Amino acid sequence: MPYVPHTEEETKQMLKTVGVTSMDELFADIPPELRPKSFDLPKGLSEMEVMARMERLAARNKVDVVSFLGAGFYDHHIPAAVDALISRGEFYTAYTPYQPEASQGTLQAIFEFQTAICRLLDMDCTNASVYDGGSAIFEAMMMGVRASKKRRKLVISEALSPIYRIMLSSYTSNLNLELVTVPHKQGQTDIKGLMDAVDTDTAAVVVQNPNFFGQVNDFTKLCDHARSVKATSVVSVYPLMQSVLKTPGEMGADVAVAEAQSLGQPLSFGGPYLGIMACTKKMVRQLPGRIVGRTVDSQDRTGYVLTLQAREQHIRRQKATSNICSNQALCALRTLVHMSLLGPGGLEQTAARCMELAHFAAKRLTAIPGVEMYSEGPFCNEFALKLPVSAYDVVDALTERGYVPGFPLGRYYDGLENCLLVACTEKHTREDIGIMAEMLGGLLK
Amino acid sequence: MVIPAELKYAKTHEWAKIEGDTAIVGISHFAQEQLGDMTYIELPEEGDTFEAGEEMGSVESVKAASEIYAPVSGEVIAVNEALEDAPEKVNQDPYGEGWLIKFKITGGADDLLDAAAYEKIVAEEAH
Repeated sequence: MPYVPHTEEETKQMLKTVGVTSMDELFADIPPELRPKSFDLPKGLSEMEVMARMERLAARNKVDVVSFLGAGFYDHHIPAAVDALISRGEFYTAYTPYQPEASQGTLQAIFEFQTAICRLLDMDCTNASVYDGGSAIFEAMMMGVRASKKRRKLVISEALSPIYRIMLSSYTSNLNLELVTVPHKQGQTDIKGLMDAVDTDTAAVVVQNPNFFGQVNDFTKLCDHARSVKATSVVSVYPLMQSVLKTPGEMGADVAVAEAQSLGQPLSFGGPYLGIMACTKKMVRQLPGRIVGRTVDSQDRTGYVLTLQAREQHIRRQKATSNICSNQALCALRTLVHMSLLGPGGLEQTAARCMELAHFAAKRLTAIPGVEMYSEGPFCNEFALKLPVSAYDVVDALTERGYVPGFPLGRYYDGLENCLLVACTEKHTREDIGIMAEMLGGLLK
Repeated sequence: MVIPAELKYAKTHEWAKIEGDTAIVGISHFAQEQLGDMTYIELPEEGDTFEAGEEMGSVESVKAASEIYAPVSGEVIAVNEALEDAPEKVNQDPYGEGWLIKFKITGGADDLLDAAAYEKIVAEEAH
């Protein structure tokens, strides 16, 4: 069957009903130069042909490798129960929970997700999630712009994920904002440089913990300084590690954001993931997206509703806090199920195990002559190495043998062509690390 | 419908109580009634300056959000902080405890309507 919504005959009938003779006439209001010349789509294929082509493509992926890739996205274990629970048909509805009387289940699930995230990050309020970690950063920076009313300057740490920095510059390209990037210092976040850059013209400042190089920081002083000049402090975090690190809430951040992939989402070739946004009570009216609240009805029965909707498009129109009016409901539910199954203790144990393995790996790898740590500071489960040769060559050579040793930092940072970013998760074993170290040692001899 | 005679009004439903070069400003009984139960009042800060007609904040109710406009030109010299925790005062007492802002007037007060003229506008809008 052709998967097209209507036949030529139906199209003709519809055009006739609205009183035009052709599609071109229907779109007469759109200037011809703005209309697509062609959608450039290939001809359709049969199911069998599609399957064959997809299988051929899939076979080119290297899936059976031991990977030490991280750089913001981590291969953590996901309990089988997560998929089993999330596969229930009831969760796969595409409706918006705007009618609380029909959506109590969905609303309660989102409310519980918000509660879990607030506790993990020590923040007052969380929204129902946004698309991903990068859009969360952009939205957080815009919260700062709105809160400051007239300020246009955004201060960005260069140790913030380069992927998110690229997103931020493209999202803001037409918004007449000034982006000031404070360079990293040997992979470390330059807190002093950031404090110097955050002044009374600054709307918001964003830092990352652990940063892109895996380095851990305490941003309390920076958050204090931002508050003193009435700028919004945004701290982007690796959420799993918040079970062992000082949290954005403890640091006094105004807004905490995160990519929640590490909490129950498979890597899945880059998505779908979900962005977390949490903030102080003072900032909640600037928070975009959906927020679920708990209340009671006229008979004192607990009920869940979308709340503070005056921020949103259907009420505020062009003055809405954001165009985000959806959330990653199914991914958020996955995250909630995952966090509930592990519990606070399980999250902490997982984080500790990742750290233990990464510190073992750092020791093992820096024992190889010519290999040294790129940064000196404390790290969690990810660290940068300086190699005596190009990191790209090392990655290519070892990947051929079934071990992906890490992420070549030169891809995003000029001058770091010899640097390799190595991440460990609880799925690695000491044996994996040993074999990778042996291979690297052999390669560098 | 309460429209005190001693006050001046803007077409956008703000009222101003003018005393010398200061004006206390709020929203009218009609406006709060149209909006319904207030949930949040967003106000400017002391020291902010506005031209008459310029947007100076917003009021949120359970069913809508609406901008509020400065009825006079001037500088904000006081803000009703009590509304932060008790926005319902705007519903309960729009011309008293539900006041929003106190201005030091620099102009624009002459263009305001008296109670009779404002009553006509309300009558038109209510139909």
